[in-house]
Amino acid sequence: MKAICFYFQIHQPFRLKNYRFFDIGNDHYYYDDFANDEIITRIAQRSYLPANEMLLDMIKQYGKKFKVAFSISGTALEQLEVYVPEFIESMKELADTGCVEFLSETYAHSLSSLEDPEEFVAQVKDHDTKIYQLFGKHPKVFRNTELIYDDDISAMVQAMGFKGVITEGAKHILGWKSPNYLYSSPVAPKLKLLLKNPKLSDDISFRFSNPDWASYPLTADKYIDWIAALPEEEQLVNLFMNYETFGEMQPRESGIFEFMKALPRFAAERGIEFLTPSEVIAKMKPVGEMPVMHPISWADEARDTSAWLGNTLQQEAVKKLYSIGERVRLCQDRRIKQDWYYLQASDHFFYMCTKHSADGVVHSNYSPYDSPYTAFTNYMNVLSDFMIRVHDQYPESIDNEELNALLLTIRNQSNEITQLHREVELLRNNIVKDTTGDFPVDEPKVKKVAKKEDKKTVKKSTKKATAKKAATKK
Amino acid sequence: MKALMFGWEFPPHILGGLGTASYGLTKGMADCGDMDITFVIPKPWGDEEKGFARIIGANTTPIAWRDVNSEYVQSRIGNVMDPQTYYDLRNHIYSDFNYMNTNDLGCIEFSGRYPDNLVEEINNYSIVAGVIARTIPCDVIHSHDWLTYPAGIHAKQVTGKPLVIHVHATDFDRSRGNVNPTVFNIEKDGMNNADHIITVSNLTRRTVIEKYGISPDKVTTVHNAVEPLSQELLNVTVPPKHDKVVTFLGRITMQKGPEYFVEAAAQVLSKVRGVQFVMAGGGDMMEKMIRLAARRGISDRFHFAGFLRGKEVYEMLKASDVYIMPSVSEPFGISPLEAMQMGVPSIISKQSGCAEILNNVIKVDYWDTNAIADAIYSIIKYPAMYKELREKGLEEVNQIVWKKAGAKVIDIYKKVINR
Repeated sequence: MKAICFYFQIHQPFRLKNYRFFDIGNDHYYYDDFANDEIITRIAQRSYLPANEMLLDMIKQYGKKFKVAFSISGTALEQLEVYVPEFIESMKELADTGCVEFLSETYAHSLSSLEDPEEFVAQVKDHDTKIYQLFGKHPKVFRNTELIYDDDISAMVQAMGFKGVITEGAKHILGWKSPNYLYSSPVAPKLKLLLKNPKLSDDISFRFSNPDWASYPLTADKYIDWIAALPEEEQLVNLFMNYETFGEMQPRESGIFEFMKALPRFAAERGIEFLTPSEVIAKMKPVGEMPVMHPISWADEARDTSAWLGNTLQQEAVKKLYSIGERVRLCQDRRIKQDWYYLQASDHFFYMCTKHSADGVVHSNYSPYDSPYTAFTNYMNVLSDFMIRVHDQYPESIDNEELNALLLTIRNQSNEITQLHREVELLRNNIVKDTTGDFPVDEPKVKKVAKKEDKKTVKKSTKKATAKKAATKK
Repeated sequence: MKALMFGWEFPPHILGGLGTASYGLTKGMADCGDMDITFVIPKPWGDEEKGFARIIGANTTPIAWRDVNSEYVQSRIGNVMDPQTYYDLRNHIYSDFNYMNTNDLGCIEFSGRYPDNLVEEINNYSIVAGVIARTIPCDVIHSHDWLTYPAGIHAKQVTGKPLVIHVHATDFDRSRGNVNPTVFNIEKDGMNNADHIITVSNLTRRTVIEKYGISPDKVTTVHNAVEPLSQELLNVTVPPKHDKVVTFLGRITMQKGPEYFVEAAAQVLSKVRGVQFVMAGGGDMMEKMIRLAARRGISDRFHFAGFLRGKEVYEMLKASDVYIMPSVSEPFGISPLEAMQMGVPSIISKQSGCAEILNNVIKVDYWDTNAIADAIYSIIKYPAMYKELREKGLEEVNQIVWKKAGAKVIDIYKKVINR
């Protein structure tokens, strides 16, 4: 029995305001609230909310037969909570149907998997907490930022206890192989790989409403036929796309919602079921190993990480950012922690891409800046200010190791103090309870001290009172 | 194909971008092959490159008969022209110009610059053009900039060959809108008489169409390019420096927007020290700029380097970390391309023609001093920005060659000849 596995990505970064070099060291608020509000509200109204409604209808209509998976970044969740709270409610409703699986990812939609393993683990945990708080579920399958994946990442992901990873079915790693199977990682054999079917996914998300496309117009009937016509052994079709596909990239009037609603009926006719990634992993067996030496992703023509790390500007910005990672993790300041996450969003680096041709058009379409150089300038100005703040927390002259040792000593000491306090308390209670009289208690002394203190406060208050009197007299 | 070109400047004796552009274009066309180009300038010095075009000086073209022997001609003008050409030209004197102020060879003296009696010099140039057009056979006539339009029109009337005029700038660019009516009339007359008009950017093309009322299908844009720099210039050495240097190179006139550079410099200096600003060039706004820099309290960091020539330009660029051209209206603007060739990151105004073809530069509105300051700060503070602009810019500018521009011009020639 063939299966379709749907997964939708929802992500929005916190876009930066126009931050001038004069602001460095003076202004510590970095975000363009107006643009962030405007964009997320628009996309939610046009896409997220109607699409959620559509999914709810479908689940109601087809019962447990229709299932999907979501990956929502922490930054998107925060924005949605503030600007479109009704979306969170609608998502909770979806979660309650049991037909929706939530996937794990980095909280900030960051590139930490490539740059900073420690940060990576921390962010995945934070995201897990956030998902649990909102939807009451712990993700079991991992999906990295923009489907970035390689063998090193698979080892880290397995170590965190995930059963599977979702990534791109990139041509250069697949070669003659088909993405329509379950694979496993050669370095982490227990970790299963679900590969996106690029052709069938892009048919929906990019080509659906393109009248120049040979297969236009695409109907649910025709689409399911294509899937049914795949070789018998190819049991799994992974359709991964941005959630904006519905209503934003493919406008409502293109009929995308009706197309989706019709899918389960035709799928049922041809004996195709819908599964969530976890179910796929539980049901199917991997056919072989899929080694990925160099990181892949689902972006640009090259399907590698060059969309974020392709030029000197991007490499410099990322390097500078992660150079203070260790220091930031030592900080306790909540606002620093928050900015640290927001500044890590991969989008900031995406805007700095200097590729031309078709890829360049995609980059500039999404970018709030008019050129990659402006994007870099603005980001670096913000980052400079952020670094000043981080260095203000602890003197720069102390290196991280030493600082860590000092902080550890302080923390240990404070732990020790609280422990000793507890012991003292305990002993005191024991003393009071002792009625044998073998250990005479020096209670009056304690009382005396208390009395003395009392007296002192009394004295002080009387003094104040007299002073007040004097003042009123005058 | 034989082309007769009229120009005003030719390297190495140049006063602005016109000479460089005329030279590059002519050479680019010669590289395309099958071109026989005669280039007329008011006053050759004898050290011009002659390999790809025959150069004729207006000041060595007789317009009044003088009986002089070959040795005498050789001794007088042998360094710039073959005596035989002198005699050929002398055979085509078409009228008695003895009433004019001519010298011992029957020629008019030219300054070859932009003197006060420029309009008179332009007229004289046109008289000389009549002699040259009668002597030198050609298929097409090509006039560079308004100074040579009357000469081109005259040559067209004499020969009946098509006239192509090349608009390197219009008076709207030079005067920020306060157009000189005499110049405008010469320009307009040239455009009306031309069979085709070449502009150096779409910006200029729009000016020609909108301000001079020319039909759009008669106007084509051929963007300028740059000559590859010689190894000698690329290897110029400069003494080591401690500060970052931001450079403005060009005439200090209204058109070039120097005041926006000073204002941006003041902003940058209020945040960081250790930056030097250099304004190289001369012009009618220089004193005003010196006063402005003093008023902003940045005179210790803001230097006026005067007019730079030849190698000095490249030494200045080599010593620079940022090049800036905040022109209010720039038909093309070749200097940022030269800066990029020297590996200097450039900031240019969106109101300049070269912004149409450059990607790896920072483009700002000329009036947006905040954006200019931000861009300067970014290049001097963030090494990656400097490196990226430097390397990508170099790569980009090396693709912009005159041969491509030359081929486009030849296509236009073919069109007007076959019409």
